[in-house]
Amino acid sequence: MTTTMTLAKAITSGLDKILDTNDKSLLMGEDIGRLGGVYRVTDGLIDKYGSHRVIDSPLGEAGIVGTAVGMALRGFCPIVEIQFDGFVFPAFNQITTQLAKMHARSEGRLTAPVVIRIPYGGGIGSIEHHSESPEALFAHTAGLRIITPSNAHDAYWMIQQAADCQDPVIVFEPKRRYWLKGEVDTETPALDAFKAQVVRPGTDATIVAYGPLVPIALATADAALEDGRSIEVIDLRSISPIDFDTITESVQKTGRLIVTHEAPTFGGIGGEIAARITERAFLSLEAPVLRVGGFHMPYPISKVESQYLPDIDKLLEALDRSFAY
Amino acid sequence: MTRAATQATESDLIQILTPDGQRHSHETYDAYLGDVDDQMLRGFYRDMAMTRRFDQEATALQRQGQLALWVPLRGQEAAQIGSGRATRPNDYIFPTYREHGVALTRDVSFSEMLRLFRGISGGGWDPRENNFHMYTMVLAAQMPHAAGYAMALNMEQHGWDEERRAAEGNAVVAYFGDGSSTEGETHESMVFANSFNAPVVYFCQNNQYAISVPFEVQSKVPLVNRAAGYGMPGIRVDGNDVLAVLAVTRWALEHARSGKGPVFIEAVTYRLGAHTTADDPTKYRMSEEEKQWAPKDPLVRLETYLRENNLVDDAFFEQLAADADAMAAKVREDAMAFPVPPLAKSFEQVYAEAHPLIQEELAWHMEYEAGFADAAEGEQ
Repeated sequence: MTTTMTLAKAITSGLDKILDTNDKSLLMGEDIGRLGGVYRVTDGLIDKYGSHRVIDSPLGEAGIVGTAVGMALRGFCPIVEIQFDGFVFPAFNQITTQLAKMHARSEGRLTAPVVIRIPYGGGIGSIEHHSESPEALFAHTAGLRIITPSNAHDAYWMIQQAADCQDPVIVFEPKRRYWLKGEVDTETPALDAFKAQVVRPGTDATIVAYGPLVPIALATADAALEDGRSIEVIDLRSISPIDFDTITESVQKTGRLIVTHEAPTFGGIGGEIAARITERAFLSLEAPVLRVGGFHMPYPISKVESQYLPDIDKLLEALDRSFAY
Repeated sequence: MTRAATQATESDLIQILTPDGQRHSHETYDAYLGDVDDQMLRGFYRDMAMTRRFDQEATALQRQGQLALWVPLRGQEAAQIGSGRATRPNDYIFPTYREHGVALTRDVSFSEMLRLFRGISGGGWDPRENNFHMYTMVLAAQMPHAAGYAMALNMEQHGWDEERRAAEGNAVVAYFGDGSSTEGETHESMVFANSFNAPVVYFCQNNQYAISVPFEVQSKVPLVNRAAGYGMPGIRVDGNDVLAVLAVTRWALEHARSGKGPVFIEAVTYRLGAHTTADDPTKYRMSEEEKQWAPKDPLVRLETYLRENNLVDDAFFEQLAADADAMAAKVREDAMAFPVPPLAKSFEQVYAEAHPLIQEELAWHMEYEAGFADAAEGEQ
């Protein structure tokens, strides 16, 4: 069955399905109960499942993730919400030193199937610490899986796939796309959550994007067509692990690769993709792999964020540079 | 700020067995020692002596280069044996990295425990077998785990009446120290546990030092005073008195498992030795202070009590010493015999489910290592 819904509502529906089918699952976070979350992603779920399964937590991110680890050790499947990207850092210790390593430290005896939902990214005109993209900081930590849906259909399925996974999964939710409507097929399971997807085939260059920038990459491909350039767009979907096979295959065909993300270019996911693809497809490349990302600065004041964020013009400029080789 | 605020002789301190081996009665806590007969008393002494002997052997192993590090507990045996013996098998324990005595009460193998310190495991034992979690090196990181585990127990025990909870209910003991009392995760854990009435006993061994930093730097008031701020009962106990620790921990576990929420216990004790084998206490504390604490040794006072009441004879101590030496020899033998797992094993343990990067890097690693084997064959 196919239904039209916003990306946020698709996550709500996915969470509903999880709570309905897995009695060990529960939601926890700040303001997620009565209020339904600051973005209303958990709206209505407390009424359906009760305050013992949709838990308004005390205000403490380390406590939220730390208690979720404890619940997982007892066999529960907690899905916790961090209210905003910039507020995850009090929980950084719990995520990187505890959650990520529980399986390894216990020599595989213990699992910690915790899901951490984090609304992320800019473009919403907000004040500081509400527009960040910290995914690379987590991708560097072995033991975690990181995914980010870009559309409603993926959002519906990927949250469920995250909940089914025995490893800890961070789901970065593109908050400026929460209201993006899309068709959700609630019967046909989605692609593997940890695989990339070619969302627009092309022959002349590849753009890899994820989360909030996928619609921009698609719009760029439309614009480039006017110049006679056929652009293949890949929605990365999974940031850890990265599906290098899909990207390699694309680049072997197109010979050109642009990677884009809102996070700062320096030390970002784009650098990892550039290095790996250079290793895997060096002889197919017509140009160096180019990156279009944020500058090396704290996320800027919102009045000028449009100059900081990757957009169609910046991607077209990068394509020009690529084709100049 | 005075040292007196933390002295173990304060009137609010629960004490049953004095440093000179005299047993006092206690209005509240005698009821929690009703089953403690002569055999059990000898057993507590044995537990403490075995723990101390293990600690001594592990320290020696480290000095001989066989362990990467060791975390001595000498002086804290009563706090650990008393609290550990108060738990039931189904209770879950979150230790720090110094709870070797608690481990003994949970039947965790001393030998297995050395795998962590020998550098051949990140954990060492199966936490599910004895409900004794892995040691946590990142100070206080286990504290919110304890609260969450106890919140999960509450969910399982949802709808149980007080009687059923008392009989079948499980609880959690979260161990921490005076140093980690300062960590934010300790605070958050206590907020969560209190808000959700989670069955956690917070057991603080205040051994007076966080490596070199004295207790006064962590807190201006006895730690137990903080309990009231969270809305839970707080008990300050002589941590070198195995009977008092047993009694108050039993009370606390009963309180927690019956659904009344967490309890804070501050066990006032003293780390007689170094923080770790990499530490040098002569740089930060006076031998005068160590001399003051030496007579309060948890083993000495129980030995005095046992001897004065004719509950033991010399043969008891001779047999115990022989058993302890045999245990130590076995632990040493086991530690030296543990195989070192290949790095390939570590690849398998990063994720529970298949992961392409792990597979790719493992394949590369195996091929690379195999190259050395081929080269060695070629030379022959």
